[in-house]
This record gives sequence, C-alpha cells and structure tokens, in this order.
Amino acid sequence: MEKILNLPVLASKHGADVDKLVIYVHYLMGALFVGWLIYFLVALAKFNKWSNPKADYVGIRSHASSWIEGAVVLAEAVLLVGFAVPLWGRAVEGFPKDGEATVVKVVAQQFNWNVFYPGADGVFCKQDLSLVSSDNPWGFDKSDPKGKDDLPPMLGEIHVPVDKPVIIRLSSKDVIHSFKVIAMRVTQDAIPGMMIPLQFTPTKIGVYQINCAQLCGNGHSSMAMGRMYVDSQADYEKWLASKAKPAASFE
Amino acid sequence: MSTQASSHALPHIGAHDSHHEELGFLRKYVFSTDHKTIGIQYGITSLLFLLFGFSLMMMMRWSIARPGEPLPLVGGLLEKILGDVAAKGVISADLYNEFGAMHGTIMVFLGVVPLAFAAFGNYVVPLQIGAIDMAFPRINMASYHVYLMGGIIMLVSFFVPGGAAQAGWTSYSPLATTIQTNGQVFLLTGLVFLITSSLLGAVNFLATIIQLRAPGMTWMRLPFFVWAQFVTGFLLLLAFPPLEAAGIMQLMDKLAHTSFFLPTGLSVAGGHISGGGNPLLWQHLFWFLGHPEVYVLILPAMGIVAEVIANNTRKPIWGYKSLVYSSLVIGFVSFIVWAHHMYMTGMGTKISTFFQTTTMIISIPSVIILTCMFLSLWGGSIRFNVPMLFALAFLPMFGIGGLTGLPLGFNFSDLHLHDTYYVIAHFHYVVAPGTIFALFAGIYYWYPKMTGRFMSEFWGKVHFVGSIFFMNMVFMPMFAQGLSGMLRRMADGGINYSAAKVPGAIGGLTDNIIWLNQFVSVAAIGLGLAQIPFIINFFWSIKHGKEITSDNPWDATTLEWQTPTPPPHGNFVKPIAVYRGPYEYSVPGQKTDFTPQNQA
Repeated sequence: MEKILNLPVLASKHGADVDKLVIYVHYLMGALFVGWLIYFLVALAKFNKWSNPKADYVGIRSHASSWIEGAVVLAEAVLLVGFAVPLWGRAVEGFPKDGEATVVKVVAQQFNWNVFYPGADGVFCKQDLSLVSSDNPWGFDKSDPKGKDDLPPMLGEIHVPVDKPVIIRLSSKDVIHSFKVIAMRVTQDAIPGMMIPLQFTPTKIGVYQINCAQLCGNGHSSMAMGRMYVDSQADYEKWLASKAKPAASFE
Repeated sequence: MSTQASSHALPHIGAHDSHHEELGFLRKYVFSTDHKTIGIQYGITSLLFLLFGFSLMMMMRWSIARPGEPLPLVGGLLEKILGDVAAKGVISADLYNEFGAMHGTIMVFLGVVPLAFAAFGNYVVPLQIGAIDMAFPRINMASYHVYLMGGIIMLVSFFVPGGAAQAGWTSYSPLATTIQTNGQVFLLTGLVFLITSSLLGAVNFLATIIQLRAPGMTWMRLPFFVWAQFVTGFLLLLAFPPLEAAGIMQLMDKLAHTSFFLPTGLSVAGGHISGGGNPLLWQHLFWFLGHPEVYVLILPAMGIVAEVIANNTRKPIWGYKSLVYSSLVIGFVSFIVWAHHMYMTGMGTKISTFFQTTTMIISIPSVIILTCMFLSLWGGSIRFNVPMLFALAFLPMFGIGGLTGLPLGFNFSDLHLHDTYYVIAHFHYVVAPGTIFALFAGIYYWYPKMTGRFMSEFWGKVHFVGSIFFMNMVFMPMFAQGLSGMLRRMADGGINYSAAKVPGAIGGLTDNIIWLNQFVSVAAIGLGLAQIPFIINFFWSIKHGKEITSDNPWDATTLEWQTPTPPPHGNFVKPIAVYRGPYEYSVPGQKTDFTPQNQA
C-alpha cells in the first residue's frame, strides 16, 4: 500500500503517524472497494437478462451485508478513537514550553511569509492590531522593552535546529493563507486577526519548500519563495548570531 | 420543447386540458405554470450551464498543462471579449481565478442542483405521486425566472470592471471582500437570487409531496426518488437561508464598509477597514450550507439510480425501508458535519472530535444506501440499456468518491491531504461520475416520456463508454497528485512548486507528477469530445428518435408511466388511485413482470 500511495519524503516526528493513518484508512477503503467490485462483477455476470431471464422478487436473502456494515462501523470507530482523535490531540494541544522549543512567529502576506524571531530573551515584542498603521505595519508596541532584542523581520526564510520541537505562531496581515510544509506533514491556515500556534519536530537536516495551501489571490501559485532551513544545532546558532545585531531596530 | 416534439398523437386528452390549447406561445413556453414545462425549462437551462462551466474548466486545464502559453483556437477571441486578463490569448492568474471561482459556482448552483432537484423534480415528482401539478404553480414559475435571473447576473459578471469573482466558489473573506473586482458583488447578488429561487422551489416541493399525493399513495409507497427529493427540499429550506444572510453581510462588507468578516488591523490596498469582524464566521456560515449542499447534489441522483435500477433489474429495490430511513438520517446529520471543511483553521481537540465523529456517522447511511443498491442487483434479470449503464456505473464511481472522503474526514490524515488535488478528485468522483452519471441515466430514462421518442441507443452507448473512460482518466491521476502534495487552485499547475524549479529544496513536485497535468488535460479534452454524441443525440432524437409504441416503454411500475405521452396539462386522464408499493416487479403469480402502482 505504501508503494501505491507513494507518499512524499517525510522529515518530522509526528509525520510518521500521519502517514500511518493515511495508509490504514486506504487499507480499509481498498478492502471495501475491491469487495464491492468483485460482488458487482459476479452479480452482473450471474444476473443479466441472458443468464437469468426471470428475476427473483425477493432477491438476496442472506443478511451478511448487515455484518459487513457492522465491521465497517467498527473499523471506522477504531481509526477514529484509536488514531485520529488522540493523535490530533497530541498535535494541537500537547505543546512544549516555549523554553524547550524553537519559537518563531510567521505572518503571511500576499505573497510571502514574514518571519520573526524573539531574540535572546525568547519573548516577542508586544503586538496590538489596533496599533497597525502605515509606519507600523505589524502593530508593535514600541514601548515594550522585550522587543528591543527581537530580530528584524525576514522574508520567506525560516531557520530551525533539527530534532528540537518547533512552535510556529501563525497569522496573516491581509487574507487567509495556509502554511504547509509537505515533508513536515503540517498544514495550518494563517488567518488575519488570529494568532494560531502549530508545532512539529523536524528530524532531517535540509532545505524545505513552504507551500501556501489556501487561495490568496492572483499570486497564489507563485507564493513559492518560502524556504525552511533545518540546520544542525551548531549551524542554527551560527546563523542566529549573524542575524542578531545589537540594538537593531525591530522594524 | 416537449409539446413541440409531440408529433405523437394524443388520443385521450383530459378535461383539464381543454383550456391549455388556447395558450399563446409566451404563456406556453416562457410563462408557463405547468410543472412539466418548467421542468424542461430548468433542464435545458441547467444543461447549458453545465456545458459552459465545463468549458471554463477546459480552458483552466490548458493553463495548468501549458502555463503561460496562448490558448489555442479560442485565445484570440478570449482577448477580444475579456481584454487584458487574456492578453495575447494567455490565461493570466487573474483569469484563472475568475474561471475557477465561476466553474465551481456555475457547476453547483446553476448546473447540477437545478438539473437534479428542479428539473427532474419538477417533471417527475408530481407525476410519480399522482398529482395534477405542483402545489403552487405560480411560485414554481417564479422560481425558474428568479433562477434564470441569477444565472444571467453571474454571466454578466465576466464583463464588469475587474472581471468575475476570483476568490473561489467558497468566497472566503477577507480575499473575497478586499479583492479589486466588482465581480464578487455580482456573484453575491446572483447567489441571493439563486437561493431565493431554491427556497421557492423547496417550499413548493415539500407542500406538493405532503399534500398532493394520490389516494392510496402512502409514505411507504412513494418511489425512492420522491423521498430523495423530499429530504433534499428540507435541506435546501433549512441550509440556504444562513448563506443568504451571509451573502448579504459580505455584500455589506464590500459596499457599505461594514466589517462582519474583516478583523482589526487588516492591511489591504485601498479603503479603510473598520475591523472587529472575524473571517471564520464566513466559513462557518458558508459551510453550514456547503455541506448539506453535498447531499442536495447526491440525494436526487441516488433517487434516479434507484428508479432505473429497479426498472432494469426487473425486481424490487432491496431494502426500500433502509433507503428511506438512511436518507432521513443523512438529512439530519448533514447539518452537523460542516466544520470538517475547517480542520486547518486552528481547531482544538473537542470541536474537531465532534465533527469527525458526526462525519464518520454520516458515512454509515451513505454506505447503507450504496449497499442496498448493490444488493438490489442480486437475483435480477438485468437489462443493459443506456439509462441502466449510467446507473450501474454510478455505483462504483460514487463508491470511490465516498470512500476517499474517509482520509479527508479524519482530521489527522487530512493534515496531509487538505487542499490538495486529492480533495478535487474526491468530490469530483462524487459529483461528476457520481451525480452527473445519474443525471444522464435520468435523461435517457425519462426522455421517452417527455418527447414520445427514445434517444439513440447506439450513440447513447458511445456516450457512455467515452464518458466513463475519460472521466476516470481525468480524476484518477489527481489522487496521485494529491497524495504527493500537489495543491489546488494553482494557475500554473504547481510548476513553481516543482522540484525542477526549486533545486535543492525538499518537497518539490516530481516531474512525473507535473507530467500528469498534461495527461489529465488531454483526458479532459477527450471527456469533452465524448459529450458531443450526447448533445447531438439529445436534439436529433426529438424529431427523429425511435418512436415509442406504448405510454410505458420501459414496462415500469411508477405512476409517471401511466399517463399519455407527453402528459397533457393536468397529467392524468382519469382520477388515479394507488394500491401497491413502487417497485412491484416480477411479482410471483402475475402475468407480466411489472405491476403498476395504480393497478387494483
């Protein structure tokens, strides 16, 4: 089944579970479909007007189908209760503490991703959407001392260290986008007015394509500049140090 | 059309019909209150819209397979009509989004629903329940005219400044609101008309089915098609008003600068946004209609398939009661599954568990309905005429569509498949080789009742073979594309995300997956060509098809076949009464293998 489905490269911890569920569900679908199809062909061969000129008023007498229905319900229940619900719970609620993860803020816009790092103190500058204006596009509270060491916003470039949980706080400044990194098996809508967290743990060093998965305007198909760099811890720290200029403005 | 085509003599015209002959052309064909004429008006109009919606998709398929290259044959014409968006005959991203939004809107709201619910419903339901017309004939007429108006507004939107709507058929705010085109205003206005039309129709169907059944036509003697229309009527009645309200709210956001769906701090080009709204509210209101709408598309189709299968297996439908109860359960549960379209909007465990559970629950009655239809074949004496071929093909095709809903219904596997081509393939299997095949079955099946002539059996079979082959060639590869992560609504078919374009980045689409774009586009052309025999057959047979030799050419049991052909104004020649269930085929001890419902 894995061969048939040909799922793309996987590079995150929870992604293996996503693939597992995709594969299990396809087993169920395959079994049902092949079963139906075999029955269908047999029925057509046996009960066409040439081989069976007189139809039977009652038709099938066995109640096997009820048992099969029951089995399908059971299989769906197992997939739901055993996999989908608990795994989703772990994905959207079991967040590590900010200190134990790489925390990045990503704000989508037409047609790119703005990336924010909190700097050495690990705390982002306070933001208030009512402060948004033409000279303060992000609505930063400039009086917040925690914002002093924030890295300047970067465009379309996320760096994270490998094998450490990543938390991305996701929003959008104009329309709805959707942040999708296929190899990480993450998809999350970026919705203006909301800040939604997502988490994953990358397991392979490399450069990953960031996709926009929600129609966001005429540049949607070319919103492909975003890259996520999964670095070794050492490379990540080196990169971070190169970006963190003392007393940089946070705009 | 029907009356025009009735070269077939009507030996027995009822008393009801005496004033019918005096009607002028306008009253007869344009402002008719006869449910059969209205059904045919709906049928022809919606078929034309289906063809139009399909040709939009053909042009999009070109853009996907050959991004940036001028459209052959019609490119120049397109530039002349639409201007800069089609400069040099190339489909721009703007135009692609216009076509995308309008393809979905037209197919759903102007094509499939009017054909499945209004056209077949109008023509067949009053006949099948033994009524002389719909309960409110004038409301019925109004419903068609409001629908036509809505359709014209949608078409006109291509020519307004900025072009047609570009925010998908889902019109997600803020994109739909902030995008610089008046097309969205037209789309929303058109929607308000279409919804109004559907509400008028739904009320009328419910009243007709409840009030106008012939004596003896008890609920459990209703043909399943009528049950399907009954449940559909409730879905339309209850699910559409929230969208109508939402549509008007989005219109206000666009025109009166309210902010129902626009949050504070939105940074958009041009115009002040007062803020304070929520984009998710739109999604909830939209999908509160959007999901019941899926069953509006599929239930009438299942109804048609049940009629055709019973008739051509020459035996009763297996599990009639299960079918009825299952469709009622579907009706209720379809109102509480809508947020499974929104798993990726930041949904927590509790809410998503609720919606996943209801989604799995609604799969059960759907599986029961499909199983009953499959099991109905057992013991039959199956005739393979054209309606039956389409009805039979519906079963495995809808099966694929239904089953592939499962990995999308589980949120955790949806995590990978959301917004990919897998979704496109899934719902098209439900609606295209599913519903539309059933609609073809219905057209071939009831055509003799409408015109007195059969459509050509040979060309019908050509149409069938071509359609089922190319349909699968179009949609099957999309599962593979989706599983590998190819996303929807890309004007260039995902080229910018291909491994070739982003060397070194992991997660790019492989050459094989991109190549499938061309494969699918060629298959789409094939699918288009396969419809030509149907179109010619449809019009040619009105005058030249094989004439029927009896008013009941398929040897059917239901009441629509117990009328003259085509049925006159008032439908039945003498008062009709019902004595038995709808599918009394091959009853032991009877002389013929069918026993009509009105046979004492």
